[in-house]
Amino acid sequence: MEWLGLFNYWVVVVLMMTGFYVVIAQGNLIKKIVGLNIFQTSVFIFYISLSKLEGGTAPIYVEGITAYSNPLPHVLILTAIVVGVALTAVGLALAVRIHEAYGSIEEDEIQAQDEEDARNT
Amino acid sequence: MSPHIVLRVGAKVLIPVILLFALYIQFHGEYSPGGGFQAGIIFAAALVLYTLIFGLDAVQRAVPPVAVHLLSAVGALLYIGVGVWAMFAGGNFLEYKVLAADPHLGETMGIILIELGVGITVGAVVISLFYSFAGRTREQEN
Amino acid sequence: MIDHLPALQVVLPLLAAPLLLFMVRWPTLAWAFTTAVAWATFFVAALLLEQVWGGAVISYAHGGWEPPFGIEYRVDTVNAFVLLIIAGISAIVMPFARDSVEQEVDSNRIAWFYSAFLLANAGLLGIAITGDAFNIFVFFEISAIASYALIAMGRDRRALLSSFNYLIMGTIGTTFLLIGIGFMYMMTGTLNLADLAERLPEVRDTTTIRAAFAFIAVGVSLKLALFPLHLWLPNAYTYAPSMVTVFLSATATKVAIYVLLRFFYSVFGAEFSFGELPMDHVLMPLALLGILLPSIVAIFQDDVKRMLAYSSVAQVGYIILGISFATTLGLTASMLHLFNHAITKAALFMALGAIVYQIGGTQLTRMAGIARDMPWTMAAFVIGGLSLIGVPLTAGFITKWYLLLAALDSGYWPIAVFLLATSLLAVIYIWRVVEVAYFRERPADAPVVSEAPLALLLPTWTLALASILFGIYTALPVGAASRAATILMGGY
Repeated sequence: MEWLGLFNYWVVVVLMMTGFYVVIAQGNLIKKIVGLNIFQTSVFIFYISLSKLEGGTAPIYVEGITAYSNPLPHVLILTAIVVGVALTAVGLALAVRIHEAYGSIEEDEIQAQDEEDARNT
Repeated sequence: MSPHIVLRVGAKVLIPVILLFALYIQFHGEYSPGGGFQAGIIFAAALVLYTLIFGLDAVQRAVPPVAVHLLSAVGALLYIGVGVWAMFAGGNFLEYKVLAADPHLGETMGIILIELGVGITVGAVVISLFYSFAGRTREQEN
Repeated sequence: MIDHLPALQVVLPLLAAPLLLFMVRWPTLAWAFTTAVAWATFFVAALLLEQVWGGAVISYAHGGWEPPFGIEYRVDTVNAFVLLIIAGISAIVMPFARDSVEQEVDSNRIAWFYSAFLLANAGLLGIAITGDAFNIFVFFEISAIASYALIAMGRDRRALLSSFNYLIMGTIGTTFLLIGIGFMYMMTGTLNLADLAERLPEVRDTTTIRAAFAFIAVGVSLKLALFPLHLWLPNAYTYAPSMVTVFLSATATKVAIYVLLRFFYSVFGAEFSFGELPMDHVLMPLALLGILLPSIVAIFQDDVKRMLAYSSVAQVGYIILGISFATTLGLTASMLHLFNHAITKAALFMALGAIVYQIGGTQLTRMAGIARDMPWTMAAFVIGGLSLIGVPLTAGFITKWYLLLAALDSGYWPIAVFLLATSLLAVIYIWRVVEVAYFRERPADAPVVSEAPLALLLPTWTLALASILFGIYTALPVGAASRAATILMGGY
């Protein structure tokens, strides 16, 4: 089972493609945001699993321990998670306002309304 | 609101503990896992829980939205302010060790102030996000 | 304080953004404060360019952590030039913003609006100035999130969906960038750009580094709206408030192009990007298609703002074309076009902003005969249009000239012919507007229109005159561009 050896990369790839597919295939704006979140999470997992050292412990200084996981990717991903939260919030806020303006969060229904507006003017 | 007596009592027991835990995470972040980001989120979670049980009006009487907006600015200003202070004290931007005569004291002081700024901003931003989304549904129902 | 200029460049707008939240009740004060900050930032950028003009490199270690361990700000002629473009445009757009924003944005949101504007500004400046790969990602997101909010403040409800689509596309782009940076970190253990450039040659014959290159190329291309990844751009520019369109069209895609240059030339090295990997053969067809198709689409637009948005996609094509030659001359043309196009497009969008201010929209039908009532605005539009076409004595001519030289220098004479032919497409779409505005009668039932106020006209004319000035006096842009191109070709 050599090809399963680094199974963390398989997890990342599967999650990434799942998220990417949802973003592209779904017409519902909220589902698109969900897909985007899965897509981003896969990258977070990629970074975190990158820093794992076999036999290493959490990067907190304790007497008698010499092998630590690399803390830098953790810090980077903490920042990236905050960025992701901000993006989700902006995306959801836009979805709420789109719902107030159009009465729908389905992309095709919104486009149909826009096209009707364009015909009427 | 009266029928949910288990929820109300439960929440009242939990909320002070959550707030205390947030402060612990905040001020212990220098030595152990924790820090401003996590503390801010936990602090905001306590207020979100309070809102879910007692309603948005009750919590907004205690913590008005305007105050939350200003606090989110204050936290960011504290962060950047420490950085600029370090510049005036003769170091580079955010170089804490020049903040006090003893470099170790300076670094400790710098990181505690920075984390406090982060905590205030993250908590305030998460609460204001919650306010704006929770406020929207009510407007529509009315 | 002179040592701290690199930090101040980003810290000034970043510090001012939260301060604006204390001015929510006084929109005029918020505007005045933002203007002061924007001009101070511009002053810092000018000082930085002056310091590195002779070829010096300024390195600034944040928190006193020496690079490559800490975050480093690194200024050379390349990014000092880009910084000057961003800070300059945001300084000039501010006097214009006052009336325009007051009309297009609710008064209780104006302070928030300017706060988001300063954050976007700080983010773009940060992308340009930083010497740290992960920092580029963070600043990309800061500027992008602020831009989504700014675009969504447009009055038309379609602004919301265009902002949402930009959010989806932009996030995919920056996440790709993040994956690429992760791959590079995996192989080299460093995030500092200069350090990466040093360590990459050892490991660059691996699939991981090639994958990193591909992810970064695609991610950044999404952000810079390289054809065919440009689909978010036309709607976002069309429905955003006028001032936002001016600012974003002149700066956002330019900074992304700078990042592409940095990675292709400085980090991976020209030899790797264009020698071992066939980036020239990938970029050139995309650039040519990206010039041709959006120019044709622009001709058929009924909304002038949308027409210019498509023209922006075409202009990105010109810049990428210069990059794809992989020569110093081609790069000079690209760097020049960053500058010249920023001025020209900002002038054009400002003229449109003045028209929106007076008649409420930029549909061609509503603009019939408008030149008689708004002669100054339309004259500025015509000057910008001439520069966009590339008529001699305008800034646009200088870039087209250098592009022609670069094409002939590399032996691509059909491209030289192609460049002349596509300039004719620009003539067609600019002429459509001129024809409607100057030679049609104003409809009898149309509302009475007067000239735009001076506060809108002055910045517009400043940029219109600048696009003539830099077509005659070329020492500053050509000098900076050729220095930047030489530095880029030389690696880090």
